[in-house]
Amino acid sequence: MSEHLIILPIIVQAIIAVTLLFFWRKPKTQRVLSIVGSSIAVIIASMLFGTVWNQGTQVLQLGNWEAPFGISLVGDTLAAALVLLTSIVALVISIYSNTNMVSARVKFGYYAIFHFLIMGLSGAFLTGDIFNLYVWFEVIIISSFVLLTIGGRKIQIEGAVKYFTLNMLSSIVFLTGIAMLYGVTGSLNMAELSQIIPTIENKGIVQTISLVFMIGFGVKAGLFPLYLWLPASYHTPPAAVSALFGGLLTKVGVYALIRVFTLIFPLQGLNQDILMIIAGFTVFFGGIGALVQKDVIRVFSYLIICHIGFMIGGLSLFTEIALVGAVFYMFHDIIVKATLFMIGGVFFRMFGNTKLYNMGGLMNDYPRLSLLFAIPLFALVGIPPLSGFWPKLSLFGASYQMNSIFMLVVFIFASLITLIIIAKVWNNVFAKNARKTEKLEKLKYYDQFDLREKSAMIIPILMLVCVILYYSIFAEHIQLVAERIGNELMNSDQYVEAVFNLKDEAK
Amino acid sequence: MEILLAIMTGVLYAGGIYFILRRSLVKLIIGIVLLGNGVNLLIFLMGGLVKGKPPIIPEESHHLEGLYADPVPQALILTAIVISFGLQSFAIVLIKRAYKVVKTDDIDAMNKTDDIE
Amino acid sequence: MKSIILTTVSKTLLPLLLLFSVFVLLRGHYLPGGGFIAGLIASIAFILHSFANGLKKTRHLLRIHPGFLIPVGLALAIGSAIAPMIFQDLPVMTGLWYHNEIPVIGKIGSALFFDSGVYLVVIGVSLTIIFTISEKA
Repeated sequence: MSEHLIILPIIVQAIIAVTLLFFWRKPKTQRVLSIVGSSIAVIIASMLFGTVWNQGTQVLQLGNWEAPFGISLVGDTLAAALVLLTSIVALVISIYSNTNMVSARVKFGYYAIFHFLIMGLSGAFLTGDIFNLYVWFEVIIISSFVLLTIGGRKIQIEGAVKYFTLNMLSSIVFLTGIAMLYGVTGSLNMAELSQIIPTIENKGIVQTISLVFMIGFGVKAGLFPLYLWLPASYHTPPAAVSALFGGLLTKVGVYALIRVFTLIFPLQGLNQDILMIIAGFTVFFGGIGALVQKDVIRVFSYLIICHIGFMIGGLSLFTEIALVGAVFYMFHDIIVKATLFMIGGVFFRMFGNTKLYNMGGLMNDYPRLSLLFAIPLFALVGIPPLSGFWPKLSLFGASYQMNSIFMLVVFIFASLITLIIIAKVWNNVFAKNARKTEKLEKLKYYDQFDLREKSAMIIPILMLVCVILYYSIFAEHIQLVAERIGNELMNSDQYVEAVFNLKDEAK
Repeated sequence: MEILLAIMTGVLYAGGIYFILRRSLVKLIIGIVLLGNGVNLLIFLMGGLVKGKPPIIPEESHHLEGLYADPVPQALILTAIVISFGLQSFAIVLIKRAYKVVKTDDIDAMNKTDDIE
Repeated sequence: MKSIILTTVSKTLLPLLLLFSVFVLLRGHYLPGGGFIAGLIASIAFILHSFANGLKKTRHLLRIHPGFLIPVGLALAIGSAIAPMIFQDLPVMTGLWYHNEIPVIGKIGSALFFDSGVYLVVIGVSLTIIFTISEKA
């Protein structure tokens, strides 16, 4: 049974999505089904994580074809942890969508597509085959297109055109990389690739292919200079969709970069330098971009880019401690960014817009909510003992150890500029007096909500804040997980052994 | 034959990029279609061309012998075609929608999402 | 755009194309089945009909909304994919085969049900898209 556990996160989401499609015209049923299904998915994902934690890397050969010929699903600690986080965020957002998603949008199949997206994410984390990774990426982008355009407002469509074009191009680049890789090695299984690549004599072609992959994943991850689609589209959809995108979508790109550049093309030489410089520029332009924006949601969008720099910077240092820091930061970022975008949705309901200069006075009007909202904001800055602080310890330590002053400066710059931006957001939204704006007639404001609607907006935020507090207070647990992941990533032998030795163990 | 296909791939890539850089939405989609076909051709080419040797095991034997066409690239291309079919049909619906809502075909006019205000 | 030739021909072509699509579903280009291409052929049959007789008549001919075929097909495909896991404790997507041959169709396996699922999904998706595009703005 434990053998099958690894595919269950994907299957469960697929079954939920198809069931939801049958209830196309019944929004209320869909809402209940989605929450129940997501809860089941959380339980399954935690079972998977428990199994991986206790018994080591789990492998399933799809269709019972032996390893290099069929598609393998590989659940190592990194993949299992990310699947768990994905399912938690999915559950939270499916609760949040209760108030945030109007029934008209639900009737366009919002929940079904949402679960297809989660299926794609789980698949992308679990697969051990590079072409299968491409297929999951396509599942992700096609469902995210639909989510982005549901509602069909003018600005959404404009954002979707940009999002569509660049993501489509990145898939094409990724597929080009796969074609070249297959031509050179004759294999698509990541474990087998990691064995073949070192034996290839023509290092130039390997270098070229690795750079093609870097561009392909770089678009998804939002790296400099390929990030421009992100701030153009993330502020257009409803907050629930933005939260999902902001929390998880770019992290798939980062995950793919980490996987490919530890397992298939271990970082070295030129690639490492390129990645380091890109991380620096990503932090710089993301930070500066966030500084000049005047809309809270857009500030958060640019902050995503800025903080991708932390993870890529950690990867580019390529020591075990740096990877520990990068992975821990990724776990923290998924939760915090999803929370921030959900908070952005609450702001919209409170003020009728999300322009910084129109907002204010939150601390007077809603003191308890302000305290709740303060926790993720401060966690993002990394004020000890909140969760952003702990991964930075590892990252700073690693760059100091590696004698890499450049990365140290980049990390410090990123932390400082985040502090400035969050201080600005705090000043504008919580502290200063609100400017009088005309009330929109159509919009239902936060104070007009009844208790059920209010709790559907606040409880998800509360749940994620609890996760952040868990990260902060029991940081040693997460550090332990991250250390094991760092160890596994640096020693890819165990991954390869797990993929190929399955048959012997089973007998 | 390989050289012809290689040139063809290059032409498709170049044409695709040229169309994407134009300002019209329709040409953007055409460019993406061309690039997608270029990639498919590239996969086919990278798998190596073998003429008239299907990978079918003869009845008296248990494994393939001699030179045979690699079936994997063809499976990959088939998958890629199916995926790009879905994406491109979505794209066409999207540009129709975009034309109706934004009332222009010009990509440069779609700059509302990047206004700082 | 009403052409009497097209209208007449489409009436004959619709059942022929549908029959051909079932043939391709079972046989593929060479052998075991091609759900995707069969689905495309079947949807082309309906699209041709809608070109010749107008969208309204095709919708009437179909009776059900083509979008409804998507969940049915997906359910069939997922069901056949997880069947080996549930019944025989084999990994997902392992091919299960029924031993005795059935006349005309030949050997039946879980792959056939997967392909039929794909067939329905492709018809559903492509007809939904084409109907959406060709509806007047």
